[in-house]
Amino acid sequence: MAATQEEIVAGLAEIVNEIAGIPVEDVQLDKSFTDDLDVDSLSMVEVVVAAEERFDVKIPDDDVKNLKTVGDATNYILKHQA
Amino acid sequence: MPKIKPSKGAPYARILGVGGYRPTRVVPNEVILEKIDSSDEWIRSRSGIETRHWANAEETVAAMSVEASGKAIADAGVSAEQIGAVIVSTVTHFKQTPAVATEIADKLGTAKAAAFDISAGCAGFGYGLTLAKGMIVEGSAEYVLVIGVERLSDLTDLEDRATAFLFGDGAGAVVVGPATEPGIGPTVWGSEGDKSETIKQTVPWTDYREGEVERFPAITQEGQAVFRWAVFEMAKVAKEALEVAGLSPDELDVFIPHQANERIIDSMVKTLKLPESVTVARDVRTTGNTSAASIPLAMERLLATGEAKSGDTALVIGFGAGLAYAATVVTLP
Ligand SMILES: CC(C)(COP(=O)(O)OP(=O)(O)OC[C@H]1O[C@@H](n2cnc3c(N)ncnc32)[C@H](O)[C@@H]1OP(=O)(O)O)[C@@H](O)C(=O)NCCC(=O)NCCS
Repeated sequence: MAATQEEIVAGLAEIVNEIAGIPVEDVQLDKSFTDDLDVDSLSMVEVVVAAEERFDVKIPDDDVKNLKTVGDATNYILKHQA
Repeated sequence: MPKIKPSKGAPYARILGVGGYRPTRVVPNEVILEKIDSSDEWIRSRSGIETRHWANAEETVAAMSVEASGKAIADAGVSAEQIGAVIVSTVTHFKQTPAVATEIADKLGTAKAAAFDISAGCAGFGYGLTLAKGMIVEGSAEYVLVIGVERLSDLTDLEDRATAFLFGDGAGAVVVGPATEPGIGPTVWGSEGDKSETIKQTVPWTDYREGEVERFPAITQEGQAVFRWAVFEMAKVAKEALEVAGLSPDELDVFIPHQANERIIDSMVKTLKLPESVTVARDVRTTGNTSAASIPLAMERLLATGEAKSGDTALVIGFGAGLAYAATVVTLP
């Protein structure tokens, strides 16, 4: 079953919490990973790897650059999940 | 048919002694910043590296190896004449032939020990250790010296932001010998040549000789791709090495991953769910990435500072160019 938008945001919130220690409630669609959530370029790789496992998607390195906000990542996963 | 008499080896092998050599020149991030647009803060936060050592003209691959090996031999309590084979893992000995291992074996005073070099990048120590274990159990050598040595400063483009701050020089050596109990677990190793482009020498030497390029060859890498591979795939390999050795994470005393980047180390510790009781090597902070030398150097330092002790159970994993990797569980000397 494909995940809904709410499920993806909740899942990303848990992942970001685990990796960067940011409270889950701070992870909102409009938040920028680097500017708002203390996720630098290397933590972003970890977020992506965790998201791939969790949502059964492939996010190539070239696409990672375009995922600036939680909303970008959520839309990407919605579109590409198996 | 005449019957061939087989060789007779030891039941098991273990590491009996370790030694390291760090070049005298300590290079802080400030020196790196003279050539690249970066900051001390950025380098520390992305890699954990504060200082590294760079070798001078006298600190050659052979000279550093002889120093480290002398210490390892003394630590093992054997004599140089007892060493039956010398295995050197390096990618920065710039003389293709003869193998630098032969010079090292001679300078150490071995009794004509078998000697050869291997090329497996940052996985080299684990590859050498696996060969040594096999030789001892099979019976072609009683004691084997495994050396990881690099002068990566010679193969670094100091104007390349992605690599200038990462690499350092040094040598680490261990003596592997016979044991009555298993002291080196099964090796989980392999290579992924389909990803060989992610860490490589920019161009072959011949291109440089023929004047096709002006810049001396250097190591170049796709940092993000390597980071992703390391944190994702290598954590799985480390886990497998524990499993095949029949151990659970809480039975481990020490974790000595290749010292590539502290962020990779942090991520692996998390993924492997290592308990707080496990001592984690973070030698990268003051040594940088010394490729094949990093694991024995980190091992030596943990034992020297008392953070780890003889008899401790350690998980070691090396990974890098190839992309090649090797992980195993060892008893510390
Ligand atoms: C090298 C490494 C630290 C680079 O980090 P990274 O996050 O991948 O760096 P990127 O090239 O994606 O750049 C991220 C940002 O930092 C900047 N940056 C890159 N190098 C920089 C440097 N040396 N100093 C300051 N900023 C730098 C980039 O311009 C970019 O900024 P932007 O987002 O504003 O555009 C990292 O990829 C790494 O360590 N990978 C593993 C390499 C390794 O261990 N190899 C050996 C294995 S044996």
